[in-house]
Amino acid sequence: MAKRAAPEVNAGSMADIAFLLLIFFLVTTTIPKDSGISRKLPPIDPNDQKPPIIKEKNIFAVSLNGKDQLLVEDELMEVKDLRAAAVEFLDNNGDGTCSFCKGKKDPTSSDNPDKAVISLKNERETSYAKYISVQNELVAAYNDLRNRRALEIGSQKGFPNMNFIEMQAKYDDVRWSGNKTKLKEVIDQIQKEIPQKLSEVQ
Amino acid sequence: MAKFNKKKDGELPPVNTAALPDIVFMLLFFFMVATVMRENTLKIANTLPVANQVEKLDKKNPISYIYIGKPSENYASKFGTEARIQLNDDFADVDEIVPFINQERSALREELIPYLTVSLKVDKKSNMGIVGDVKQELRKANALKINYTTGTGDVSANEN
Repeated sequence: MAKRAAPEVNAGSMADIAFLLLIFFLVTTTIPKDSGISRKLPPIDPNDQKPPIIKEKNIFAVSLNGKDQLLVEDELMEVKDLRAAAVEFLDNNGDGTCSFCKGKKDPTSSDNPDKAVISLKNERETSYAKYISVQNELVAAYNDLRNRRALEIGSQKGFPNMNFIEMQAKYDDVRWSGNKTKLKEVIDQIQKEIPQKLSEVQ
Repeated sequence: MAKFNKKKDGELPPVNTAALPDIVFMLLFFFMVATVMRENTLKIANTLPVANQVEKLDKKNPISYIYIGKPSENYASKFGTEARIQLNDDFADVDEIVPFINQERSALREELIPYLTVSLKVDKKSNMGIVGDVKQELRKANALKINYTTGTGDVSANEN
């Protein structure tokens, strides 16, 4: 008997498998994104405006020297303690106008979060790593307070158990199906109540 | 009947390669999607510090990159070991930043110009002097939106 030719393998569905894999990878891979701390630089004022007068007690002076030592309100401090100190300063509510603050109402510290300014000063020799650590802790202090506020008013406005960071993430997420205009109002309100007033001394 | 009886005895049929293009396209698409193209060849050491209060840089808005760090080994003999600025593919001086920003702006559509963000990719070992100079130049160029690009992690990792 003559040897039979092997039947041809049916490869018609190979393309389907290929597309299946392609779509799988398309869906599952995420493109790595750059992330970092966003800041806004102050514009150069052409007509040398006088800086507004701020009361000494409303300024939280943070300075970094050339040896990477951190000086907060004239006292040496470790970076890990900075967040708590900054929260305490912002949350102080010295004049009692801030309804959501839980601070000590110390008359020698800041009046309210709207007036409180954190001033950050660094030397030319300060290392960038230390500077970023300090920036990070100061942003964290603001975020802590905003998160706390978000949990308080979020439940009244229909966004329960959502902190400020989650609110912002949800607002930017195109797949989120909630009420974005309402969420934006809440975010704006929190940003207005606890503004990030971080000034850098040149 | 002879038409249907073309049997060649013992010869294997050729392998069907009709699906090969599919596989190739699949690979192509996969790499197109998954790879991030490095826009610039770095001539400097660039280990970013870490932070945990980070925001994602929105790719919808235009981003310009400024790299700062000390020149890598190959360039150390020529450019020394002090931290330098790199714009695009080459070392630059502080006073080249304003023209650089203007050039980046001219490449953008007009409505996007106010949204230009400058991403500062600074090596964690460099010091603030050069960063401060760059920030001052950016203020002169009126490029006020900046981002200290960092990795994510706890700040205690910055100490070493």
